Amino acid sequence: MKKVSRLNFWLKSAQAGALAIAVCFTLGATEPASRFNTLSHKLMCTCSCAQMLGECNHVGCPNSTEELALLRTGVDSNQSDKQIFDSFVAQYGATVLAAPTKEGFDLVAWIAPFAVFAAALLGTVLLIRHWVSTRPRLEPAAASPEMDALRERIRRETEADGGYPV
Amino acid sequence: MATFGSFALLIALALAAYNLLAGGVALRLLATGQPAPITPERLADTARRAGIACFFAVTAAAFALIYSVFTNDFSITYILEHSNRALPGAYKFSAMWSGQEGSLLLWAWLLATYGFVLRLTHKMDVKLYAYAGTILAAVQVFFLAILNFAAPPFALFRGEIPPDGNGLNPLLQYPEMVIHPPMLYLGYVGFCVPFCFALGALMMRYPGEKWIKITRGWTMVTWLFLTCGIFLGMHWAYAVLGWGGYWGWDPVENASFMPWLTGTAFLHSVMMQEKKGMMKSWNVWLIFATFLLTMLGTLLTRAGLVSSVHAFAQSSIGTWFYVFMLIVLGTCIFTYVLQRSHLKSDAHVESLVSRESSFLFNNLVLLVACFVILWGTLFPILSEYVQGSKVTVSAPFYNAVAIPIGLFLLFLTGVGPLLPWRAASLRAIKRNFIVPVIAFWATAIVVLVAGDRPWHDGAFDSGQFYALVAWSVSAAVFAAILSEFLRGGAVIRKQTGSNLFASMVLLTRRNTRRYGGYLIHIGVVIIVIGLAGAAFNRSQEQELGLHDRLAIGPYTLDCVGFSDDSNSNYDSQFALLDVYKGGKKQFQMSPEKRTYLASQQPQTMVAIHSTLEWDLYVVYEGVNPSNGHPIIKAFLNPLVSWIWAGVLLIIFGTFIALAPPITPTTAALRVPVARTVPAEPAMHGGQP
Repeated sequence: MKKVSRLNFWLKSAQAGALAIAVCFTLGATEPASRFNTLSHKLMCTCSCAQMLGECNHVGCPNSTEELALLRTGVDSNQSDKQIFDSFVAQYGATVLAAPTKEGFDLVAWIAPFAVFAAALLGTVLLIRHWVSTRPRLEPAAASPEMDALRERIRRETEADGGYPV
Repeated sequence: MATFGSFALLIALALAAYNLLAGGVALRLLATGQPAPITPERLADTARRAGIACFFAVTAAAFALIYSVFTNDFSITYILEHSNRALPGAYKFSAMWSGQEGSLLLWAWLLATYGFVLRLTHKMDVKLYAYAGTILAAVQVFFLAILNFAAPPFALFRGEIPPDGNGLNPLLQYPEMVIHPPMLYLGYVGFCVPFCFALGALMMRYPGEKWIKITRGWTMVTWLFLTCGIFLGMHWAYAVLGWGGYWGWDPVENASFMPWLTGTAFLHSVMMQEKKGMMKSWNVWLIFATFLLTMLGTLLTRAGLVSSVHAFAQSSIGTWFYVFMLIVLGTCIFTYVLQRSHLKSDAHVESLVSRESSFLFNNLVLLVACFVILWGTLFPILSEYVQGSKVTVSAPFYNAVAIPIGLFLLFLTGVGPLLPWRAASLRAIKRNFIVPVIAFWATAIVVLVAGDRPWHDGAFDSGQFYALVAWSVSAAVFAAILSEFLRGGAVIRKQTGSNLFASMVLLTRRNTRRYGGYLIHIGVVIIVIGLAGAAFNRSQEQELGLHDRLAIGPYTLDCVGFSDDSNSNYDSQFALLDVYKGGKKQFQMSPEKRTYLASQQPQTMVAIHSTLEWDLYVVYEGVNPSNGHPIIKAFLNPLVSWIWAGVLLIIFGTFIALAPPITPTTAALRVPVARTVPAEPAMHGGQP
């Protein structure tokens, strides 16, 4: 009975926590997000400074002013992200995008890391399970009152001290 | 001096080659027992002495280059291209690594220095050191051959010698640049030493795990150098490049990060080998991979393989590196195949939920992170090969792919120490995890209440979501590590009667390796907290006339002056900004833009005011040509100083981990006589 009430307590606490987080997640924004700013961080400056468009900090940069103007036009005319990116690629080439697209061969760039991660994770779990299942079992030592007492003492001391052999 | 330097390099190459050949022959004679006119031991000793002499020869060459920089010897092409008369003294040293030839000489000199120390301390294990020294000599031969034949630093200028040099790259004229590259190189080059020991131990079928104990100090010091080098580079990028960030996922930044990841994995997994005799093949390959990645990093900087902002040192010596890396890889594979029976594990993991498993997963995630970065760095080349056109792989890719993996790694950092060796009981898991889980949820709620909004304006904000997760996991990991300290400290307090803090200090001193490691983990947590602050960066750009104001966050910047200045090295333009907070003047900032006379290249000098809460980061972007008013860009970057504080804790933790533990006998002497406790079980077995 006591176990059930304790379980209920933890379940209710978890529900309350989840509810509080859900409420906070869906509350309004603290500051309006800038689509222009977001998109400028998905494009590169093409002046060979290797910086993102939104971070290129050269006054008088030969390219970023023009690129920012193009982006501003696209955002102001309510073009979709894809339309804006397409217009940039048409004008500056594929390297103007700060990351590979999620189409065609470029999709491999996105899939490979997670595929490798998943495969490695799965492989490790299977390997450990294999090791555990093929581990040779040790024959239990013959029971004796001294051994039982020693085992009990070790358990008591290690658990009391949090396992610290200090 | 050019002749002296060139001859010194030639002699160094001859000595390294002798070391390699004589050392190789001696080891072969030792292994086969064939008769020879000279005893193998004596031959090996001559090889070792040649290695020591090689250090002096390379030092002489390095001295010749530095001397030539200071004496403005522009007859040497390298000096002409990387220095000038007005260059301040400290930056004359930087000239040594500002170009390819000089930086390769620095590589060779640091390698010779490591080799010098290795060969002097050979009495620890003469045979193993002979193997390691001979392999090291092979690496030295490679670099000295490049310096003599492909990228000579003392090449003479043809034609009429100009009166002054081209000057040092302005990006390098910053105090940190005097120490960042040598620090990074110490890390890069240093991994050569554990590599040589690992390969040598495998070649000679070295019995037991002693080679790991010998190389542990080398590996940790090297890892520390690389860590410091990477963070100095981050700080330099933050303070000099003027874009408000510190890590741009540039290929060369990635190149330094990859060996750091595999080196970190190695430092963790060798503990499994020491304690349990497990993961022997894995460890050998980790150190092989780390060394190969340091070579790849050097190649990426120089071969122009991928486009990078670090383009100052590009050249055509890539072929040398490709060939060398292939030889190294071939040697590693051949030796491994030949000797793999020697690397059979003594034991295996016994449970999926155990300390051993957490080490395995930790290694796995570190290697996956390394793969992701390598993949992103090389994908443009792959894309060009497959599609015929290059693509850019920059921050958005890494932020989407590497951050979740990094957060999982952080999670494992907290979980690992809470799990016992061999297998964990459900009761132990519940007992150890309750505090971290509470810390996680409490932090998540506090952060959300404080204003973190992963979902706003109808869109998902991944930056704020990752910040939420990062801070919550950080709190859990911190709670886990702190509870480890507190539990151990409480036990000692019970025994000694001293206060809790003193007990925790004693605990740390008794097992420096374990608790030093925990301090490093806390340092990592602090860094992650700082990195997550980037999700809330703000910036504001404005043209400022006299007494015009720019407001950002709680600060208001009042322009009280702008002017220009000049000296023999550069012209500068700067603004004077009084900074107000709550209506009161707090301090003054002076962002600057310099134009270096010799190279005619501009450079920003950012003004930064750091607090624990945030950095006010002000950049002088330029001047409006129509009215001469400065254009100022101000950033408010939260929690950046936490990153640098975390690094300091990592350094401190590494020193603690390197310090020898006090023995239980010594420790017992420190217990007050009246409260002497019974004999304690030994604990300096090096638990992580």
